[in-house]
Amino acid sequence: MSLQSLLESGKFVITAEVAPLKGTDTTEIMEVAELLQGRITAANVTDQQSSVMRLGSLAVSYLIQEIGLETVFQMTCRDRNRIALQSDLLSASVLGIKNILALTGDVPSLGDHPQAKPVFDLDSVQLLRVIGRLNEGYDMVDNELTGKTDFFPGAVVNPGADTEAALELQIIKMEKKVEAGARFIQTQAIYDADSFAKFMKRVEGFKVPVLAGVIPLKSVGMARFMNKNVAGIFVPEDLIKKMADAENKTATGIQICADLMRELKDICQGIHIMAIGWEKKVPQILEAAGL
Amino acid sequence: MLMITEQKPMEEVIRFLDKYRKVYLIGCGTCATALHTGGKSEVLEMKHQLEDADKEGSGWMVIPTVCDTLTREALAENAVDVGAADCILVMSCALGVQMVARHSDKPVYPALNTLFLGLEESLGNFNELCLQCGDCVIGQYAAICPVTTCAKSLLTGACGGAKGGKCEQEPEHDCAWVQIYERLKKLDMLDKLKEKVSLKDYSKLKRPRQLEVTPL
Repeated sequence: MSLQSLLESGKFVITAEVAPLKGTDTTEIMEVAELLQGRITAANVTDQQSSVMRLGSLAVSYLIQEIGLETVFQMTCRDRNRIALQSDLLSASVLGIKNILALTGDVPSLGDHPQAKPVFDLDSVQLLRVIGRLNEGYDMVDNELTGKTDFFPGAVVNPGADTEAALELQIIKMEKKVEAGARFIQTQAIYDADSFAKFMKRVEGFKVPVLAGVIPLKSVGMARFMNKNVAGIFVPEDLIKKMADAENKTATGIQICADLMRELKDICQGIHIMAIGWEKKVPQILEAAGL
Repeated sequence: MLMITEQKPMEEVIRFLDKYRKVYLIGCGTCATALHTGGKSEVLEMKHQLEDADKEGSGWMVIPTVCDTLTREALAENAVDVGAADCILVMSCALGVQMVARHSDKPVYPALNTLFLGLEESLGNFNELCLQCGDCVIGQYAAICPVTTCAKSLLTGACGGAKGGKCEQEPEHDCAWVQIYERLKKLDMLDKLKEKVSLKDYSKLKRPRQLEVTPL
């Protein structure tokens, strides 16, 4: 069953993130896809994650879908203007891609081409509206299309926003995304089930399925690196301490993640696993979580 | 408001002036003086640095406001010294450099980088608050410009990247959206954030822009 039909019938889903590498060698990512196929509902393919130039999410979303694993094509607004975005959406449709995650995108200065010109012609809300319009058979200036799209669009939210104002802004924006057409939400990494539960109470009126994002920790270094360099991620100190005190870092990291997933699964409609750098561990994490 | 400038690295200036021997220096008595980038003392300091680099000064002047049309007269009055130079180095914003270039048949070079239009919020403290997009939307955002002060120029709301209320791109910058939120909250106008906003129309921004106006 497709991601869309599962979510629309209220079934719990598991998605996982895969990141293309820098280059034309798709061996690694296809191995990950083969490993995940049958184990998860769909795989998100990132779009120049953290503004590091890599193989594109359009090509990889297509290739992975060809081997039988449904994909979520992540599309950011950082690198392409409205003309290119609409065009790439039409291309995705023609290649059989159904699910789009509409993102604003990280700034170029976070990545390895900080000299690049940031585009941000549209943002995630506007992109969602554009997807809706293409689904109706029109481009964003109301020209009729010769062939419309049939996308299932999603968006992100950061329930772990670390100040009151930032969290309120996330909730306001999430409502706008749903109004603009988002049919599912995948969250940034969550580390505290209680505050996530409070967040879910706040947004239940928006009536959109939410997949809780989790990032398993590999090491203290990884946690500190993400806190410092990766937009929207805040690993709490007590978890970092737990990792520091652990003898077997890998097992502890997986256990923390699995325990969290068990707590989260009853308060949301799915889990989105971002096993950055160790995607091949996802089946093991799912097993540890009993999912 | 001042046009904010910074001095270019000396290596870059020397590279422009590679083929030239005699350099005429022009400073600016307005913004560049206030910013210590192109006033009299900076002009004299540049003269020394050029002499150290084996260049010869054919003269210098600080024009009160280089971007003003009176620059033409200033150049004419000093035609002898300017005429003796191989090139002119202007220590003002790019408008001043280009005004000089329009009224001279010498090669003209900038000694400064023009950065932004700065609002002096407190003495000596300048901030870029407007990038002259030509389609002012600050009425929607409690008089704060997200086009200028949000790193991604977002119009519909915050991204998820802010940490401690600071921008994902520059930890020293406040997140523009947190600023907008706080001010709207104070004004009891948070509903403004829920309103639908139009897309930016970049066709309004075709450069270079121009205006003819009847002088006062």
